Amino acid sequence: MNSESPDAPTEQQVQHRLLADMIRIRVFEERCAELYGETKIRGFLHLYIGEEAVAAGVMRCLGDTDSVLATYREHGHALMRGVSAESIMCEMFGKSSGCSGGRGGSMHLFDKDCNFFGGNAIVAAHLPLAVGLGLANQTLDRSDAVVVCFFGEGAMAEGEFHEALNLAALWKVPVLFCCENNLYAMGTSLESSESQTDLALKAASYAIPAWSVDGMDVLEVHRATTKAVAAIRAGGGPMFIEFQTYRFRPHSMFDPDLYRDDAEIEQWKQRDPITTLEAQLLGDQLITKEVVEEMWQAARAETEAAVEAADAAPIEPVDTLLRHVTLDNEVGS
Amino acid sequence: MSATDAGNMPAMTYREAMREALREALAADDRVFIMGEDVADYGGPYAVTKGLHEEFGRDRVRNTPLSEAGFVGAGIGAALGGLRPIVEIMTVNFSLLALDQLVNTAATLHHMSGGQFNVPLVVRITTGAGRQLAAQHSHSLEGWFAHVPGLKVIAPATPEDARWMLPTALADPNPVIIFEHSVLYNESGPVGPATGPIDITKAAIRRAGTELTIVASAGMVPKALAAAEQVAKAGVSAEVIDLRSLRPLDVSTLTQSVQRTNRALVLDEGWRTGGLNAEVAATLAESCFWSLDAPIVRLAGSEVPIPYAKHLEDAAIPQVDDIVAAAINLVRPEQ
Ligand SMILES: Cc1ncc(C[n+]2csc(CCOP(=O)(O)OP(=O)(O)O)c2C)c(N)n1
Ligand SMILES: [Mg+2]
Repeated sequence: MNSESPDAPTEQQVQHRLLADMIRIRVFEERCAELYGETKIRGFLHLYIGEEAVAAGVMRCLGDTDSVLATYREHGHALMRGVSAESIMCEMFGKSSGCSGGRGGSMHLFDKDCNFFGGNAIVAAHLPLAVGLGLANQTLDRSDAVVVCFFGEGAMAEGEFHEALNLAALWKVPVLFCCENNLYAMGTSLESSESQTDLALKAASYAIPAWSVDGMDVLEVHRATTKAVAAIRAGGGPMFIEFQTYRFRPHSMFDPDLYRDDAEIEQWKQRDPITTLEAQLLGDQLITKEVVEEMWQAARAETEAAVEAADAAPIEPVDTLLRHVTLDNEVGS
Repeated sequence: MSATDAGNMPAMTYREAMREALREALAADDRVFIMGEDVADYGGPYAVTKGLHEEFGRDRVRNTPLSEAGFVGAGIGAALGGLRPIVEIMTVNFSLLALDQLVNTAATLHHMSGGQFNVPLVVRITTGAGRQLAAQHSHSLEGWFAHVPGLKVIAPATPEDARWMLPTALADPNPVIIFEHSVLYNESGPVGPATGPIDITKAAIRRAGTELTIVASAGMVPKALAAAEQVAKAGVSAEVIDLRSLRPLDVSTLTQSVQRTNRALVLDEGWRTGGLNAEVAATLAESCFWSLDAPIVRLAGSEVPIPYAKHLEDAAIPQVDDIVAAAINLVRPEQ
């Protein structure tokens, strides 16, 4: 988003969009949890509830030519990147019209038209891919296109994290590394997985500019990312931001959440990024209750339409089982 | 290629042929680049890429740090982003550090994305024993990769194939892994001019014969040919098939051959248990059972990490004498 262009949105418009974005993710995912209970969605389902400010704030800073890679906790990222709620829901229902043709499910959402490269469920394995995409941008004179790679703090203990940051710094590729530090990797706390818990410091050891941001404050996320993206577009090389955030729900639908106190969860819920921004904007009279309510209703309508479409969508015929193994082996195509 | 044409063709080593293929690929397409450990100043661990960085610059012959998972993953990303990377991994043993990227990402992205993304990546990996490099530099793990849907796996065994399989691999929209057996690099052979794109999914009959089919790949091919020459003197006519493609397997060439010769001897430098040799033997048992005059015989690597000492290393992998003995025993068990 270019603040200098004449039709750049006003600050208030940006605030409204960010609020609406977070609400879209929240409503969509709360419905996903219900649908899991109804066994319409199966497999692993990782909810992003509580962390919406990060995907919303970052994605509003990007343009069409930028690329995004995310983890298995990526419904919000996909939605924010422009993948339709309907195609995401169809994917989770295992339908042909899903954004990955029913081959991926919740953890593997892909959309080529949105430059959305998954949906990657091997922790940290997509970081080297981000470096390669950045290298391609650099080589093919698309150096103002930024690659944005989301991952959890748990990924920072993996070798591929270190290899990728080192390569990114050596080759000065246009990649923004976005660490979503929600303090837990499944049930393993940050303190028990990282010898150095200052994650920005750790990333900075690769000679990459790195800093830490309050990931519960979408305006802060948006400000920090705007700066980082502009610097990368200007040829500044890779950057790293740690977003301090928290997931309100268990790791996945299988997780009994035995490793943290209810009090801790409650404390973080006080900082819910949606209610915080709502209260702030209402307090400053930058939004009305009616507009907020409209946002929730629009999100519910979008989600319900997606569910109806997914319910009605046909399943992929079994005789297409062997499709998409290699590009020249498109049985039935 | 007939033996008569071969006489007029320039001879080249396997190494030179591969370098020529790389040079041509770099010259023909700006999207192509090579990356790997010590591919530039050092000249490549097996001197395949020697001099190319001077000709094409360091961005296109790109040294990487010791980060197999990192640079293979970067190759996948670069391929997704529109480049045509050729990634070199020093030795198949080191490729295990990148197994995650190759198996979990390169092989799956096309499928997981419902056909939206594909990974036009070439990975060159040196494989095999025979240079007394012991148990962390000598294994033959091609079969592991050949196990994986979503990958194509080829093993050029002649300078001619080293020269001409690469362009087809590069043009392929899928990840293609090229296994280069280290003892082949110094082998010399005729290399003909381009005759249009060659099929990398077909096996080749390297020697015609009537009484048994010897199935070989990579470093086993010259040994199989030498053995076939020797058994001919004992009056045994052996056909030698070079698999060339390990995935997909060219089942029809294999089957047609064994249906003619009625006997099969399957060679593999890799281990016997769960090896590619087992896949070939089982495939032939399924497709040729009623044509077989004798049980299929496998001659594979001994079930041991490759030892250092020359005599032990030799004993650990099939040698020409072993192949000769197995072939004669298969065709003339009474002798
Ligand atoms: C290489 C690998 N190891 C283990 C797992 C199992 N696993 C899935 S998510 C996860 C925790 C990751 O935590 P983090 O990176 O902090 O992301 P978060 O789930 O908190 O968003 C683990 C261990 C995996 N998917 N991949
Ligand atoms: Mg985490």
